[in-house]
Amino acid sequence: MIDMRAAALIAVCTAVTMLLRFLPFLIFGGKKEIPGYITYLSGVLPYAIMGMLVVYCLRNVDLFAGTHGIPEILASAAVVGLHVWKRNTLLSIAVGTVFYMFLVQVVF
Amino acid sequence: MTFRYAWKRSIPVMAGYIVLGMGFGMLLAAKGYGVIWAIAMSVFIYAGSMQYVAIDLITGGASLIAAALMTLMVNARHLFYGISMVERYKDTKPYKPYLIFALTDETYSLVCSGDVPEGVEEKKYFFLVSLLNQFYWVFGSVIGSVLGSVLNINTEGIDFSMTALFLVVFTEQWTSTKDHRSAIAGVTASVICLLVFGPSAFLIPSMISITVILTVMRGRKRRKAAGL
Repeated sequence: MIDMRAAALIAVCTAVTMLLRFLPFLIFGGKKEIPGYITYLSGVLPYAIMGMLVVYCLRNVDLFAGTHGIPEILASAAVVGLHVWKRNTLLSIAVGTVFYMFLVQVVF
Repeated sequence: MTFRYAWKRSIPVMAGYIVLGMGFGMLLAAKGYGVIWAIAMSVFIYAGSMQYVAIDLITGGASLIAAALMTLMVNARHLFYGISMVERYKDTKPYKPYLIFALTDETYSLVCSGDVPEGVEEKKYFFLVSLLNQFYWVFGSVIGSVLGSVLNINTEGIDFSMTALFLVVFTEQWTSTKDHRSAIAGVTASVICLLVFGPSAFLIPSMISITVILTVMRGRKRRKAAGL
């Protein structure tokens, strides 16, 4: 017996994601010229959204209680530092993640 | 020729997607959902951050409405990827529907920049790179799912792999340009909205604020350019 609720949730996530992906092509895909404003946004938004996503990932960090966000701060610094140094995506992600797991499982 | 080029350019993504996919598969397995679930989510949703959030939604007993809203907020940026690719994806029959479906953050980064070299067919490149990326993702998810079910490792903290990925992309973006205003606006607006609205409700205000800030910035730039 499949977990129907889980399946329904996945179906919803799929549908909304597809909608978001296809919508711009449905609206702007014709011969119409894309407004300059939209072109501008598509150029600058990725930087802002990536910043937003980093904040999103760290949204539950509480600086005033528990671990005070120290594992997150340390591991994030490790990721950024390692990446600036070696510019290797796999290395930065793997090392940062393992370091974080070590911190939350063993140290804190 | 085109395949080799697509393969070469997708290698950094391969690393990220396999690691991140494994993290996803392991976390999903740890919550009691096995390989079929991992494959289904990675094939149909195919959105890394959203899939991690979906695990939260499934295990937390969220309602369908909550799931829809969450997906809308987390994945709204795909609207903008799409907008920036309408031109480039214009004449890509017969690959077009799949290209649009498979437009993830990383695939976007591989298709939005620059021109393909001589001898490489552009639309085939788009297709191969999109397909390869999804393959890595599904592959990683499967490996992670199997490992997670077989080994009994403590997976606590493995979802940091998502944070790490975004930090890496953010760092790459930062070092690729001198104009950091958009990045700074993104972080600042998000942090302020986080403090004001709390962790579960700050995404939509953040996106609105970011759009407003960027629009104002454009207005000022244009007035400056017009000599006002």
